[in-house]
Order: sequence, then structure tokens, then C-alpha cells
Amino acid sequence: MASELPSTLTKRTIRWGEWLAETAIKVVAGTSVLLILLIFIFVFREAAGLFSGKTIESENARHTTSATSDNKPEEYNPDAGADSTSTAPSEESTSPDVYNPEIEEIISPSESTTSAPVEIPAEKRTIWENLMSNVWQPVGENPKFGMQSLFIGTAKATFIAVLISAPLGILAAVYSAFFAKKWLREIIKPTVEILAGFPSVVVGFFCLMIVASLMQSLFGTEYRLNALVGGFGLAVAIIPIIFTITDDALTSVPKSYREASLALGASEWETAFKVMLPAALPGVFAAVLLGVGRAFGETMIALMATGNAAIVSASFTEPVRTLAATIGAEMGEVIWGSLHYNILFFLGIVLFIISFCINLVTELYVKKKLTKKFQGG
Amino acid sequence: MTTLSSQAINPAFIRRKKIIGFLAVSITFIAAAAVVSIALLMLGHFLIKGIGGVTWEFLSQAPRNNNTEGGIFPAIYGTTFLVLVMSLLGVPVGTATAIYLSEYAKLNSFFARSVRFGVNTLAGVPSIVFGLFGVGFFVQFIGSGMDSGFGNSTAIWGHPALIWAAATLSVLTLPVVIVSVEEALRTVPRELREASLALGATKWQTIWRIVLPNSMTGILTGSILAVGRGAGEVAPIIFVGAVYSLPELPSKVTDQFMHLGYHLFILATQSPDVEAAMPKQYATTVVLLMLTFVLNFTATFIRSRIRNKR
Repeated sequence: MASELPSTLTKRTIRWGEWLAETAIKVVAGTSVLLILLIFIFVFREAAGLFSGKTIESENARHTTSATSDNKPEEYNPDAGADSTSTAPSEESTSPDVYNPEIEEIISPSESTTSAPVEIPAEKRTIWENLMSNVWQPVGENPKFGMQSLFIGTAKATFIAVLISAPLGILAAVYSAFFAKKWLREIIKPTVEILAGFPSVVVGFFCLMIVASLMQSLFGTEYRLNALVGGFGLAVAIIPIIFTITDDALTSVPKSYREASLALGASEWETAFKVMLPAALPGVFAAVLLGVGRAFGETMIALMATGNAAIVSASFTEPVRTLAATIGAEMGEVIWGSLHYNILFFLGIVLFIISFCINLVTELYVKKKLTKKFQGG
Repeated sequence: MTTLSSQAINPAFIRRKKIIGFLAVSITFIAAAAVVSIALLMLGHFLIKGIGGVTWEFLSQAPRNNNTEGGIFPAIYGTTFLVLVMSLLGVPVGTATAIYLSEYAKLNSFFARSVRFGVNTLAGVPSIVFGLFGVGFFVQFIGSGMDSGFGNSTAIWGHPALIWAAATLSVLTLPVVIVSVEEALRTVPRELREASLALGATKWQTIWRIVLPNSMTGILTGSILAVGRGAGEVAPIIFVGAVYSLPELPSKVTDQFMHLGYHLFILATQSPDVEAAMPKQYATTVVLLMLTFVLNFTATFIRSRIRNKR
């Protein structure tokens, strides 16, 4: 050490190893930004076929040629093979059909990934008219990709989910933050964490089995799985988010607000509802917004509990099909590179952009407003 | 003012206010009770109906006879394999990002803010979009790219496989890792760093020898939380490598795999005989729930101990 010390003190050496490590860390830190870009680029890339002037007719031609040339068996049902352990060879690139058999059954050939898109130009009818229609029937001789019903279905399910979860989550957070005794709070918070820890497929299963039957016997609905059941399932998934963020927002309101209100003679509930809740409103707004973002992007619950029928209707007791569930259900069996495949990626882009915007709003608007409010900026 | 003060001593007014107050508090209590009971009802329902089905045979055998007999061993194996590969891919990247954010980032530099924004955005992306990303980027771009790069005639990499599902999930769980590791790094006392720097250690030596070893438990927590999250996610892996039945266990990262959550989904929606498969469905749910809850509780426990230490 002693002989080493002078040299390190007098000479300023550049430690290349350290420089390398620090640079590497900075580069890796950029990964998350890069990933956001990559997600956008690559999901968009796969959707790009939509914009290159593909036509339904060319798709049809391709569909029939590939259907005859392909020799893969139609294997989407677990009981297709006698022994379930020997049905799927590991090279098979397709997942099983994931439609909900209760409502509809669409059969399509599962095909290999390598089938390249065959472009047959010179057809004038564009895909856009098709996309704007209201029938979603992606498989068949004349596929229809009307996204209207999907958007309406997503909006309905999300609306119901927020209608249930926002009051529950916000009020429960108010109770936990202001009225609950300490021991009670220590029960509520971990329980909400348990709720947050439920895998969405389990929530979906619960809705499929229990909630659906319960709602049918309660309301006597025509369809067992409908927007209401799906909306409830989504609500279960987003209650923890709304609760946690609202709770954070409420507890971050300075204590002086509460003390001032109580000192002026207001009661506990007046303080909670007329002082603290309004002060935390941007945070509550963020909570609901993030809940919305989670609800419309939630796949498994929507897939299992909404009924998955693309119907344009205003009724909440009819089945709906959401954007995310559509991707989840149809991506497994779609022909890679086909128009249908492009459209599913297009739906993915829509989901991504909406979630991105929601995050942008909460990040830029809400947080700024909150810090401004409490730090007097 | 006079009206107000006269109101304040008016007994009817006071009584009405008390009633409104009672109602307001009651409504919040009912909401809290509803939230708690939803969670407990779900948990209780699955435990009561499913715990009996979780036997050693169930855990150690492959499904037979359309999933009405046998067990779920291939799904447990596949899930474990998946989350292990996922951690190997995701935890180093997440840790490095967290080190940058807590040690190097200047508070308001553009890059640091972009990274934070990126992490937050990543946390909000719908899980199904990650699945599409997995197909478009990992399978189609990297996988097929590797195939043509190595000159493979058949698709060795360019098809849905465990490695791509793990990569997709590692992207999905990246924010989880980053947030908890960063929190752990910030709990390392300032004095420790200052002492190290005062002894002549460089910044990197301080981080590598002092800060990181002292936040090992935090990195562990982050990994466990990420694994808990990743084990329960089904949507991103449906078309990036998960299958509903396999002739044999996956041995290479390019194999396809069975997954607990996906298995449950198939059991619940695709069973030819829903009633016969019911006990297996509940037992599978219990196994999946136990897996995620044990992981989450371990992580919460470690985390609360770190917080108390601070």
C-alpha cells in the first residue's frame, strides 16, 4: 500500500475498467426508453401491411391457396387428440384456439409461421371501409374487420369497471386513511395487496365460475357471460390500483390542512370530504385514469368473463368483445403475416397509444399539479 | 355570520349534521368492507374448493385423459424454467438501471427524466401489447434474424419458444425490478458512501464494494416480486411459446413450454368436460395462488425489514 500510494496521488490515471462499467450502466439505463421505442416500432411494423394497400380479395386468394397447400391438422381443441400429452409437437408454432366455447366457435386452419404474404395487387376496395363497418368476423370466405363493435365493447366493459371500482376504491381509501383505527388499517392494506397479487387469469376464472352464475340468478340475464360480469372482473383487477394511489395521494396532503380544518371546528368527516379529498383530487384523478388504462388493456379477465361476442349494442347485459381480448383470442391461430395478423397488431397499436397517452397525462399534468399545490411553487 | 352562529347552536341542524356524518363514514366503511371481502371471498373460495386436490400425485405427474386425471407437473416445471430465464435476463438490466437512477442520474437531466418516464410508461403498457412485441421483435426480428444469420435452414430460433417468452416477461417485469432495487439502493446510509470516498475509493469502487453488497436484499426483493408478477401473467405468453400440452418437458430454451396460468385458462375455457376437470382447475388455481402469494409475502417481508432498518 505504502509504495502504491504516492503514484496514485501524483498521477491521475484513467481507470478504464471503471470508465467502461460506468458507461455500460448508463447505456443499459437507456434500455427502458429504447424498449418503449422498440415496442412502438415493432408492433407498428407488423401492422404496416394494413397501410400497404392490401385488399380483402387478395387476402381471399391467399387464404384459399394456403389452406390447400398447408397440411397442418386443425388442432385447437384439447380433445382432438386421444392422449393430451402427445398432441402438440414442440415445433408447432401455433397455440390452441382460445375462444370461449360458450358463445361462439370459429374454426380456422392453424398454419405454419413461414407462409409469406402473397401480394395480389390491382384491387380497388381498400381495407379502411371494411374496418369502419360494424361486423367483426375475421375468419371465413369474406372476412369482416369492423372494429366498431370492439371499440364499443371495450368502452362498455371499461365503463362498468370504473363505475364499480372508482367509488369502492376511493371510498375505501378515505376510510383507511382517515376513519379506520390502526389495527383495522393493518388489515385493510395487506388485504388490498393480496387482491393486487391475484393473477388476472385467476380473477377471470372466478368470474367465469362464480360471479357469472351469481349475476345470472340475481338479475336473470339472458347471457351468462356479459359486459356486467366482465366489468366486475376488471373492477376487481383495478380496485387495488385505485385504492393504493388514492391512499398515497390522501396521505401526502400536508397534516396542517387537516389540523387547520379541525381547529376551525369542522368534524372528522367534514375534514375528510371537504378538505382532504379535494386537496388530493389530482392524485385521485390519476388513480382513476391509471385504473382505466389497466382495465381496457386487461386481457385474461376480458377473455374469460365478457362472453367475447362482437355485438354493437347499448345493453350492459349482452356479451361484449374487447380489443385486448380479441388480440388474445385470435393471435394464437392467425396466419402470421396475413391481413388479419396486421389488423390484430393495429389493435395492439391502439391499445399502446391509449395507455401511453394516459401515462403522459398523469406524468405531466397530475404530478406537476400536485407538487405545485403542496410545495407552493 | 349571525345565521351561521345561530345555525351552529340549532339542535336540529347539529343532529342533521351528525346523521350526515354518520352516513358518510358508514359509506366509506362499507366500501372498505366490500373491497376486503372480495379479496377474502376469492381467496377462501379457491382454498376451500381446491386445497384437497393438491396432492403429491397432482404436483408430480403429467395431465392425463383430457386433464381430468394426473397432475400439472409439466406446467410447474415450465413456469419455473420460464421465470428463471426471465430473471437472468431482466434482473441485471433492472439493477443497472436502478444503479444509474440512484447513483449517477442528475436530478433534472433530460436523460434521467426520460429514463424515469420510460420506466413509468413501461409499467402502464397493457400486457397483451408485450405479447405482440414478443412476436414482432423477439420471434420475428431477433429469432428469425438469428436463423438467417447462422444460416439455419429450419427455424431453430425464429418460432415461439421459452427464451422469447422469458424475454417478453423480463421486459414486462423490468419496472418492478427497477423500482424495488432503486428503493434499496437509497436506503444505504450516506455515511457509508462518504466514509468509502474519504478513504480514497473511487465512485465505482464505492458502488461496487459498498453500496451493492449492502443492498443485496433489495435486489433479491426486486427479483422475487418480478418472479411473482411474471409467474401469474398469461396474456403476454399465449402466443410467444406457451402451449397447452407437451409430449416431453422442455430441455432447451428454444423449446415450447407449459405454464400454470395458461393451463388454468385452457382448463377453464377449453375443457371438453368442464365438470370432470373442475377439481383439477381448482387445484391448479390453488397452486398458482400459493406460488404468487408466497413470493409476494417473502418480498414484502424482506422489504419491511429493510425499511425498519432505515
